[in-house]
Amino acid sequence: MDSFLQRFKNPLVLIAIVLAQVLALAVQVQKPLHGFSARDGADGPRVSLLRSWISAVFTPIERGKNASSFGVRNLWFGYINLRHTHQENEDLKKEIARLKLEQDEFAEDAAQGRRLQALMAFKQRYVQQTVGAQIIGTSGSDQSQILLLDKGADFGLKPDQAVMTPDGVVGKIRDVFPHTAQLLLLNDPTSGAGVLLVSTRMRAILRGGPNGQVIITNLTADSRLKPGEQVVTSGGDQVFPRGLPVGVITSIAPDPQHQPYLMITLKPNADLSRLEEVLVITGTTGTLPADALADATTAEGVAEANKRAADLIAERLPSLHDDAGQAATGAAGSTGATNSPKTDSVPDLVRGTPGIPNSGLPRPRPALHPDRYSPGTVEPAQDLQPGARPGTPPTEAKPPQDNQDDH
Amino acid sequence: MRERSYTSRQELDQYAFRPLVALLIPLACMVVQVLLPPWLLAKVGIDLPLLAVIYFAVARRSPIAGTITGTIIGLFQDGLTNLPFGVYGIAKAVIGYIAANIGFAVDMDNTVNRAIMNFAFSLAQSGMLYLIKRWVLADVTAHLLPIHEVIAAVANTAAGVPLFFLLDRFRIRE
Repeated sequence: MDSFLQRFKNPLVLIAIVLAQVLALAVQVQKPLHGFSARDGADGPRVSLLRSWISAVFTPIERGKNASSFGVRNLWFGYINLRHTHQENEDLKKEIARLKLEQDEFAEDAAQGRRLQALMAFKQRYVQQTVGAQIIGTSGSDQSQILLLDKGADFGLKPDQAVMTPDGVVGKIRDVFPHTAQLLLLNDPTSGAGVLLVSTRMRAILRGGPNGQVIITNLTADSRLKPGEQVVTSGGDQVFPRGLPVGVITSIAPDPQHQPYLMITLKPNADLSRLEEVLVITGTTGTLPADALADATTAEGVAEANKRAADLIAERLPSLHDDAGQAATGAAGSTGATNSPKTDSVPDLVRGTPGIPNSGLPRPRPALHPDRYSPGTVEPAQDLQPGARPGTPPTEAKPPQDNQDDH
Repeated sequence: MRERSYTSRQELDQYAFRPLVALLIPLACMVVQVLLPPWLLAKVGIDLPLLAVIYFAVARRSPIAGTITGTIIGLFQDGLTNLPFGVYGIAKAVIGYIAANIGFAVDMDNTVNRAIMNFAFSLAQSGMLYLIKRWVLADVTAHLLPIHEVIAAVANTAAGVPLFFLLDRFRIRE
């Protein structure tokens, strides 16, 4: 026996170590016996503690490297490399002006949307509180799309909180340690998010693909699905608030392994491989946050003032043609904002959109010399009788009489 | 004529490392690995801890030492990912064991041999990771991406050859 052990000592050690780890794997991947875990693939407390210890070994070095590189970068971009700052400032001012105009245009639609949501008792969650965090490390593996954040439980971070950048959603918090946290990116195979395709309003589940892609695999073929369609969060997963931008569909192909489903590939709005700073959504609310509400009120006021100014200008400026004036009056009349004389109760535009001038078809004017081809000179089809001459008034149908009365 | 005593190849080429070196070099490899930008990891798939496992296993020429080194480094790597503990642990334990055994038969100071070994072990690790995820964890989303794995193997070879020459400075002949 001793000679056997001595002879096969090396492979026996290998087999023992591998078996021990296989058993450890089996224990870790056990499903919870009771109930459903909201976090698929979540660690048990002991495993989480092990990860916490390992993270604690690397975190100080990662923080040190991050602080030094941030200092150098800050020095370079903040004090030395300022060549295009003035031009950038001018461009940003122009962009702010453009965005203000856009905001005014959207404010009325948004207010209407909120009124409709309130009317339908729609439960909307708004982002109320965020915590900014920096990326200080990675998982060091292409098998796992995990990033390490420099904020943890000390800043109120919790598992399953949504993480985003100004461009869009990037992932969610996986494990939280005292001073750091793991960010699970959207392109990790264990990641998932409920999404909505903007134009088709289809709901789908997004997850990470094997090659670091972001894919949707639970939709069947539909002619309305096209590359270029925007995808936003649906809010159905209880992690990501509704309406956050996710990405754009880049390709649609049949999934060879799961027929008849499609393999839809997305390009995330945020560049997941070059993230530096992120926002962790630590609080949501059912009502519009105070700051956003104040902004919306201001924008609505500006939009209303702009609309009134446009109406005043439209009233005072002479029209080029009488017809155009009548058409505009018809369109305005449908919105209830008209001061022009209106002689006829019949609207001048047919099927126009209220508030948008010249959006409908103009009603034809009466002919100066009407003939049988002029509109309105022929009776409607339901009033015509078979065999009757055109233009003769329709006769009343007489009941059949008895033959003896004719004699 | 002077009589030469018989010495095995293992006794001729077996090296040892100071405990601090044996601790710090794998740690440095893991630190550099986690500081690599994500786009580089996604595109190239370089694995510095794997290179550390191969180097120490080959230099020590002890299968047990290679297995234990691989297991410890692999478990540390598992701790930094969202994979269960043991995925990288098993793969690197096997790599350490095989590398130590190969070290007996092949001259590992030769550059070509080192390059071939790094390339082959990189591919072997990819294959083992796939098998562990697919068959042990029953993960149906696990895929083997041949082109990506070959690129990763080439990157590991390119990084491994100069790294091994650098690490040669720290070894002590027993």
